[in-house]
Amino acid sequence: MDETGRDPLSVTELRQETMVINMGPQHPSTHGVLRLLLELDGETVLSCRPIVGYLHTGIEKNTEYRTWQQGVAFVTRADYLSCFFNELAYCLAVERLLGIEAPPRAQVLRVLFCELNRVASHLVWLATAGMELGAISVMLYGFREREGILDVFEAATGLRMNHSYIRIGGVLMDLPDGGLDQIGDLLQMLPGRIREYESLLSRNPIWLERNVDVGRLSAEEALLWGVTGPMLRAAGASRDVRKDEPYSGYETYEFEVPVREGADCYARFEVRIEEMKQSLRIVEQCLERLREPGPVMVEDPKVRWPAQLEVGPDGIGNSVAYVRHIMEESMEALIHHFKMVTEGISVPDGEVYEPVESPRGELGYYVVSDGGHRPYRVKIRDPSFANLQAVPQMMEGGLVADAVAVISSVDPVMGGVDR
Amino acid sequence: MTPSELAERIRVRYPDVIVARGEATVVVDRERLLETLEDLRRDEELRLDFLSSVTATDWPGRTPRFWVAYELHSLAHGHRLRVKVGVPDEDPSVPSVVPLFPTADWHERETYDLFGVVFDGHPDLRRILMPEGWEGHPLRKTEELGGVNTRFRGAFIPPVDRRTT
Amino acid sequence: MPVERLEGFRTAKSDAGSKEGFKRGLLLTKLDRAVSWARKQSMWPVTFGLACCAIEMMSTGAGSYDLSRWGMELFRASPRQSDLMIVAGRVSQKMAPVLRTVYDQMPEPKWVISMGVCASAGGMFTNYAIVQGVDTIVPVDIYVPGCPPKPEMLMYGILRLHEKVRTEGRIS
Repeated sequence: MDETGRDPLSVTELRQETMVINMGPQHPSTHGVLRLLLELDGETVLSCRPIVGYLHTGIEKNTEYRTWQQGVAFVTRADYLSCFFNELAYCLAVERLLGIEAPPRAQVLRVLFCELNRVASHLVWLATAGMELGAISVMLYGFREREGILDVFEAATGLRMNHSYIRIGGVLMDLPDGGLDQIGDLLQMLPGRIREYESLLSRNPIWLERNVDVGRLSAEEALLWGVTGPMLRAAGASRDVRKDEPYSGYETYEFEVPVREGADCYARFEVRIEEMKQSLRIVEQCLERLREPGPVMVEDPKVRWPAQLEVGPDGIGNSVAYVRHIMEESMEALIHHFKMVTEGISVPDGEVYEPVESPRGELGYYVVSDGGHRPYRVKIRDPSFANLQAVPQMMEGGLVADAVAVISSVDPVMGGVDR
Repeated sequence: MTPSELAERIRVRYPDVIVARGEATVVVDRERLLETLEDLRRDEELRLDFLSSVTATDWPGRTPRFWVAYELHSLAHGHRLRVKVGVPDEDPSVPSVVPLFPTADWHERETYDLFGVVFDGHPDLRRILMPEGWEGHPLRKTEELGGVNTRFRGAFIPPVDRRTT
Repeated sequence: MPVERLEGFRTAKSDAGSKEGFKRGLLLTKLDRAVSWARKQSMWPVTFGLACCAIEMMSTGAGSYDLSRWGMELFRASPRQSDLMIVAGRVSQKMAPVLRTVYDQMPEPKWVISMGVCASAGGMFTNYAIVQGVDTIVPVDIYVPGCPPKPEMLMYGILRLHEKVRTEGRIS
């Protein structure tokens, strides 16, 4: 007994202080460079403060110093797991400023690649979520399926990631020969595999224990925090930009938007698995529409990318016929090509906000033009930036082991959060 | 509601409305910002209750210099509206909308960090993307792009914003 | 496994014949070779994936391009238990002190691979926010270009690092 009459060695006296733990930017389970300051009382999280900014790249400032077409290469690296969505939103915004529309075949190709990208992004989510909660083999399965999709991307665009494929006025190139068959084979293989992973996890008692009733976020709270995407749909609110404000022809496709009532990590898991299946359904409909040929870039010479690309012996480059045209046949074409590539297009002044449904939620691009050859302001409204604000509410009161489950169900991509 | 119907309905109370490229934009004074947003949320036909993003644009030649844009969205009706507020250079402060829309928390911190626009009444206005102690506000037009001057084999290649070709 | 031998690149076979090896004595050079061989056989990377290159690094570690064939599939989270740092992605100004701290916490011997152009030289982002090359912060052994480098490119960089460790390693 000390002076105040308390026994300093009794258990209740020892547990007085809370511990502040830094789940630092370098961590295997924080989906990138996210830093969490957790205040713990034993195993319970009392407060959580996310600190972001460790991947700030200055993409928005960089676009102001490049031409409009070069902007695509910059913005595609913002949310690096959903590259096509960044490009699509930017190009749709600029096309709205220009007052043009991409040809129908280009729109179908855009939808096709965006939906394949959605499946690829959800596979990465599944792989990392499984690995972080202990199901390490799911990591290998997820990345194996993703290789099939990345092979399609590589055949069509030349790159596995950060493609710069969707351009202002259309897309860069048409599908290669055999591209339709390659995607068709993928469609044969993927649904069975997704069902396999679903059956591996969805009734697994360990998965259920770690995900059900963890990270609750009701729909009202989610809307106040600006949360969109699978997190919102898992709470019962059916919001999807593809259905509510369709773009690029989405109103002509048949698909459903999965909604669940659970509002916990398990509901988000179910929503994302179902979204993968619906995306494959859209891809099938796209393949049907791609049977007839057509142009993939607008005809307007003031907007279209001048080069015709084809796959040569050393990769994708200008087609031989086009090079002969500009070098030998037409001086005017050479001058036009030069001006379009160095100076770029000029976009009438104004501002637009273009929302798109990315795998993480509403991805919006606020593009301001002052009538020149360079963007004046490109603001990327990233869904993960808003979704991460809801993390303290989901985490406080729970156990520290659930922190990992919560973060992986939010599925943030720090490239988009910090840009 | 289509953007023109939206504009007609708002023009009664807030006359500075334009419709361009399928979007409606209304400009208000910063003193009336909070009551405007609350009004727009409460109105039964508008119900603009989701704030998508808060950002600013820097127009150095104009007065006011900064234009803060709030993207509003109605979940019930599906229409969108942009509310713009002009902020002068000498006194770059705007009332914070965090009491109405908690999602504005990080968006306003980012706008403060990158532009220097101060949000009065924000619970915790600190830098979010740049390191603490960073001087300057990078996205202002008066700030440089930065980076290194590249020297290679006698050629001098300046950073992007100083290249003349 | 075929290994590229370049012009003027010292290999272990010629080591005993060189003057330096002669000075250090036969026992120490044999021990050097054995220890360097052991070090490169199972180099454990620390998880330092930052951005897009991190996804390609994870793809390299996954099933299709398997890092496990060189004993490297185990990415240790703690720098104290690893000996290779693959800086995969763009390093922002805020992240630079963290990078240096993690590097300092790794025990000797340690190596650094700078993966991608953003880590090697700032990449396409010559601006205020990105460190223009991590070799301004940590000493780099191998630079792997690409945006992002394909898994095969990263594997080639790793194999060159193994060759470097095997031939130039010293235990004293």
